[in-house]
Amino acid sequence: MVAVWKRELASYFLTPIGYVFVGFFLLVSGILFTFNNLMSGSGDVAAMLSSFSMVPLFLVPILTMRLFSEERKNKSEQMLMTSPLSLTAIVAGKFFSALTVWLATLAGTMLYVLIIGSYGNLYWGEIISAYVGFFLMGGCFIAIGTLVSASTENQVSAAVISIGVNFFIWVVDSVIYVVPAQFISTALQWFSLYERYDPFARAQLGFSGILYFLSFIVVFLFLTIRVIDKRRWGEG
Amino acid sequence: MIEIQGLTKRYGSKYAIKDVTFSIRKGEILGFLGRNGAGKTTTMNIVTGYISASGGRALLDGHDVLEEPRLVKRRIGYLPEQPPLYMDMTVDEYLRFACAIKEVKPSAVKAHLDDVRELVKINDVRKRLIKNLSKGYKQRVGLAQALVGNPEMIILDEPTVGLDPRQILEIRSLIKRLGQDHTVVLSSHILTEVADVCERVVIINNGVIVAQDTLSRLTSGVGDAFRITLRVAGHEGEIKRALRSLEGVKFVDSLAVKEEGSYDFVVETDRSCDIRKQLFYALAKAGLPIMALRTADITLEDIFLKLTGDNEGA
Repeated sequence: MVAVWKRELASYFLTPIGYVFVGFFLLVSGILFTFNNLMSGSGDVAAMLSSFSMVPLFLVPILTMRLFSEERKNKSEQMLMTSPLSLTAIVAGKFFSALTVWLATLAGTMLYVLIIGSYGNLYWGEIISAYVGFFLMGGCFIAIGTLVSASTENQVSAAVISIGVNFFIWVVDSVIYVVPAQFISTALQWFSLYERYDPFARAQLGFSGILYFLSFIVVFLFLTIRVIDKRRWGEG
Repeated sequence: MIEIQGLTKRYGSKYAIKDVTFSIRKGEILGFLGRNGAGKTTTMNIVTGYISASGGRALLDGHDVLEEPRLVKRRIGYLPEQPPLYMDMTVDEYLRFACAIKEVKPSAVKAHLDDVRELVKINDVRKRLIKNLSKGYKQRVGLAQALVGNPEMIILDEPTVGLDPRQILEIRSLIKRLGQDHTVVLSSHILTEVADVCERVVIINNGVIVAQDTLSRLTSGVGDAFRITLRVAGHEGEIKRALRSLEGVKFVDSLAVKEEGSYDFVVETDRSCDIRKQLFYALAKAGLPIMALRTADITLEDIFLKLTGDNEGA
């Protein structure tokens, strides 16, 4: 798994993808920070992160689009699949590489926190809670993108579909309350990432929230393994 | 030793391969021959654990690739038809990655890669990005990754497709060298390649094995004619008449003129009938000197066309 993680991580920065992702995220978040915090004089870090929450929805697919689709198209996946590595190790290695880039990008936004800190007091409990939630929510988007990438051979399709799924997750919050059938509403609630993120933003770092995000990630990675497995072991 | 027992792969109602059974003996170079789409790649993909079979099984020394994939995969090196390369890596980075996923001990990586690079002759491009290499070098790098981990068995799927004649000869000579220390399966649709490199041949057609034997036994078992090609100086009609007058001759045909004043012919007799001495004396008596003569064996191409249906093209 470590070998795959290292290769994928290096690959992000051997191609423009890693720079595009980090650059765009910091650019957009920098603009939002300037307007929402600097110009309005707000020192609320949790509110700052909440204002960024739409950004990973559109940008994480850039990070995940080529994870499997590119390998499948170039046939390089044959090297991985015929090696002694387990499929779980391959999927985990790729997921963690994208997660590492996401973590590094979030670390870059700590600069905004330091700027806020230079003008007033920082409430670290609140900041840690908001960052943990934001990081895990990004992890969920990465897991979704990983599954989509494993389901297609074209990275552009993978990116577009991932954005579509992420967008669905974003609107699900609004849809939940207008769906007449209770069971559909309950089922949709399961996908409501933003609703689960809210307690983190309010400094309520809870075990159940962490568990929800982790199980969301595990389920999507498991589905990724199943999709690849079905393709390899299916009847075609 | 690999035993392939009743391997079947079905896509919907269509069979890619059906009841494929053969074995690969330790230390041999086996040619796996078939037209494009005959089922070679599907069989190789199953044996290497890349895809599953709908039925049957592939065993390496008794270990099923489906039940013990890690153990089997550790012992097989695979070069698919399209080398599985990462274009954004240098050759060295790529091979180190191959070492990592094939569980080569970190302390042994440097020496191992030195050996592999030397064997496939890619030392001069080790620092270059793979995307900037020629097709021949890319093929060698692909071959190098198949050799990483020193697997007992090397499976090569169409390793010379798209290469120029010089590169083809180099890869063939490399395969022969590999055959000294490894069991090699060479999957190909190029008959001369298989005839040149392999000791034993398995022929697959439309997903079904149609023949498997040593080259010598295959070539001696097909056809009922003994064939001679010869070049004779003199008049074409006179030579033909002399040849046709010989006892046992079933067929005489002119070939292209390759030397001024001489004509080339192919002569066929019954397999039991060797007319070379009579032919020599008869032509000498007629004052028609033989400039060249050789027996034309039944070729792998003849066998292949016979077994796979010559009207469909090879």
